[in-house]
Amino acid sequence: MLWLTFLIIVAAAALAYVLNLRAARRLWAEGARLHSITTFHALYALFLAALPAFVFVVLWLALSGPVIGALVLSGLPDEVRAGATAAQENLLLSEIRSLARGQAFGEPEPWKAAAAARLTALEATEGWARLALVSLIAAAGLIYARTRVSASFRARQRVERIINGLMVFCSLVAIFTTIGIVASLFVESMRFFARVPFFEFLFGTNWEPQIPIREDQVAGAGAFGWLPVLLGTMVITVVALVVALPIGLFSAIYLNEFASPRLRAVAKPVLEILAGVPTVVYGFFAVLVVAPALRQAGQALGVDVSPNTALAAGGTMGIMLIPFISSFTDDALSAVPRSLRDGSLALGATRGETVAKVLFPAAIPGIVGGVLLAVSRAIGETMIVVMAAGLIARMTINPLDSVTTVTVQIVTLLIGDTAFDNPKTLAAFALGMMLFLVTLGVNIVALRVVRKYRELYD
Amino acid sequence: MKDSPASAPRVNWKDPQLAATLRARHARERRLKILGLLSLGAAFAMLFILLASLAASGYKAFVQTHVTMDFVISARNVNPENPEKGKYRKVIAESLQAVFPEVGRKEMRQLRKILSNGAQYMVRDAVVADPSLIGGVLRLTVPVSDPYDQLNKGEIDRTTPESNRRLSDREIAWFDRLKEAGMISTPFNKALFLNADSRFPELAGLKGALWGSFYALLVCFLLSFPLGIGAAIWLEEFAPKNRFTDIIEVNINNLAAVPSVVFGLLALAVFLGWFNLPRSAAFVGGMTLALMTLPTIIIATRAALKAVPPSIREAALGLGASRQQVVFGHVLPLAMPGILTGTIIGLAQALGETAPLLLIGMNAFITSAPESAFEPATALPTQIFIWADSPERGFAARTSAAILVLLGFLITMNLAAVILRRKFERKW
Repeated sequence: MLWLTFLIIVAAAALAYVLNLRAARRLWAEGARLHSITTFHALYALFLAALPAFVFVVLWLALSGPVIGALVLSGLPDEVRAGATAAQENLLLSEIRSLARGQAFGEPEPWKAAAAARLTALEATEGWARLALVSLIAAAGLIYARTRVSASFRARQRVERIINGLMVFCSLVAIFTTIGIVASLFVESMRFFARVPFFEFLFGTNWEPQIPIREDQVAGAGAFGWLPVLLGTMVITVVALVVALPIGLFSAIYLNEFASPRLRAVAKPVLEILAGVPTVVYGFFAVLVVAPALRQAGQALGVDVSPNTALAAGGTMGIMLIPFISSFTDDALSAVPRSLRDGSLALGATRGETVAKVLFPAAIPGIVGGVLLAVSRAIGETMIVVMAAGLIARMTINPLDSVTTVTVQIVTLLIGDTAFDNPKTLAAFALGMMLFLVTLGVNIVALRVVRKYRELYD
Repeated sequence: MKDSPASAPRVNWKDPQLAATLRARHARERRLKILGLLSLGAAFAMLFILLASLAASGYKAFVQTHVTMDFVISARNVNPENPEKGKYRKVIAESLQAVFPEVGRKEMRQLRKILSNGAQYMVRDAVVADPSLIGGVLRLTVPVSDPYDQLNKGEIDRTTPESNRRLSDREIAWFDRLKEAGMISTPFNKALFLNADSRFPELAGLKGALWGSFYALLVCFLLSFPLGIGAAIWLEEFAPKNRFTDIIEVNINNLAAVPSVVFGLLALAVFLGWFNLPRSAAFVGGMTLALMTLPTIIIATRAALKAVPPSIREAALGLGASRQQVVFGHVLPLAMPGILTGTIIGLAQALGETAPLLLIGMNAFITSAPESAFEPATALPTQIFIWADSPERGFAARTSAAILVLLGFLITMNLAAVILRRKFERKW
């Protein structure tokens, strides 16, 4: 049914295009001086036939589901609906939906079966109504466009205005996405803070969302303090930077200053491979290789290393960040004006002294910007820590311990759980909002630092 | 100009103090060089270890231990009227009994575990396809179960004490007898690509994940490519410079740096929560990935448009083309190679993305490949995540193999991008 709908739109658009093209050509052949070339008349018809119908279908599809749901619910017996919360109604509705698809568990109650039958009937009606309306709208556009073909019709201006509108819409999608992110995080977080006090979340030092929360219980008193989670994130970020910073910095300095062009041509893409490896691969690598290796090393030294130590997750994340830091450092070093480098060399400084005492200090703002971006990557990185870090939040800064991070908690709280009225699920959105705000802040600072530094030498 | 200094005070390079400083400075220079080389070497070494460890643990999953056996399909076990409902467990037990006549009823339960649990279904499918087999003998090659596969691949050490081993001495002896009889073979593991997920490692494959990833990437491409190009053209060629366009630009740059898991939260709350789209569907995954890929495509497209020299635009404008005709007729075609390169790189990133797919439930256990983008599915990276979490030994090798497949796709896509760039890049 859905394919048929889109097929109708495509067919109407093609038909409209051909009709208008032929009409305009006929005018032209009769000797009329057309304002716009024939293609624009044809394109005008194409847009008029396809666009309104397409927009209509998308809106219809977005809205028909909830409307049908409400209709089905309103048809339920009163004693079922009495006192049902919104969440219970949702659950009921999805039960009826799966019943209508023929996935019945046991013998459904008669009223449920009736509701399922009504749902099927409503959906069939909806499909036919959609088809009829789409055909109508497309036909109206087609006919209207056909009547507009004339020598003086400014088809090009019309078409260009439509295309411009489409392009503006494309640009707005980015804004819609941001609004969607902020709205969804904000709305769900507010529902969370309605159950758990905001300051308790912000300053609590105890994170135990796994405790089941009953109706009669004060919602997780003291169990939703995000500080230990934040601390764990910071520990892992620091470990990652300790690995990535020196390696990234020194390789960039070497590549920028000492390496032959041939080595540079090989080494840069190879480093980029490290950045292109999916993070789930790093996560498996951390579990398969890094963590056992650290554990063995710990045993050899007589240190107790926990199986999902922050060191393994952070270290692996550090490997991932090496190319990030090295390419930013390389760019920053290359952006230092030639005159500074030449001046230093002319005064008799060695290349190493030039890098260390002239280029590096001059490039520091750019490098700091890159490091900040790496920090925001590390904070938001998910798969490595989900697979290699722990689940239990502890107030510890010992990297040998098992710690958890914001992203790990978000994923573990949400995997396989869709009930939206549970503080446990809502907590993930509160954590998500904090994550979004923190990374946004770090990014803004980083971009500002980088831009300011660029202006310095431009 | 006699009084200008004839010569600066000459440096006495033989001065021991000077020589010492110079030596120290050169030593520092060397140290910096060595440090740089060491870090570069460390980065390379880590990449090598990463790839080598995956290859070492994954290559064995590309072959699978099979046993070729004669299955006696008696009419007693399989009713010719209704071959689908036959007692195929019994068929297998009797056929194994024929190979090991001395094994008693009790041990039979143990013995039957040599064959994969899927063997009975393979025999059933063969019989259903050709009912004339009933009453005869069917020679079929079926996979052995995971422990025996591990044994054959040398993953189980025969010298460890029996109690610490996954297979007892007797079970190993059985397997060795099959091997001596020439019934064991290790062909290429076609099941890895032709089967969907399964609880049994020897039957689990990537078909569902490959289709899921394909659908998700298709949706991602269909959405992000036109939207990205439209936005980039408008911002680069038509947008007036004002606060509003500034906000859009800052917005796009910020979106590029938003953690992927946040996009997962957005998809969960908006697509699944508000719009009631199906859970675990590749369509929703594709939409989420499209939002993440959009900034990449916009940035690449703008760079490609910028690289087209103004002379092209001026020439077209001079001949009377409208601004849109200039862009769509001349600038965009010339920028297309750059745009496609950026798009492929963006799609490669999307292919490896895991976290947002986890949040919309694409990590479900699904034993059949999806028929459309709206059915529950997994994707390659989420399948890797599922297998990495599975305790069975056989899944560790399969995880690595799946990663190698994923990396293979990524390398192919990136190579395509590089070739595209090399082949069509124009220097103006």
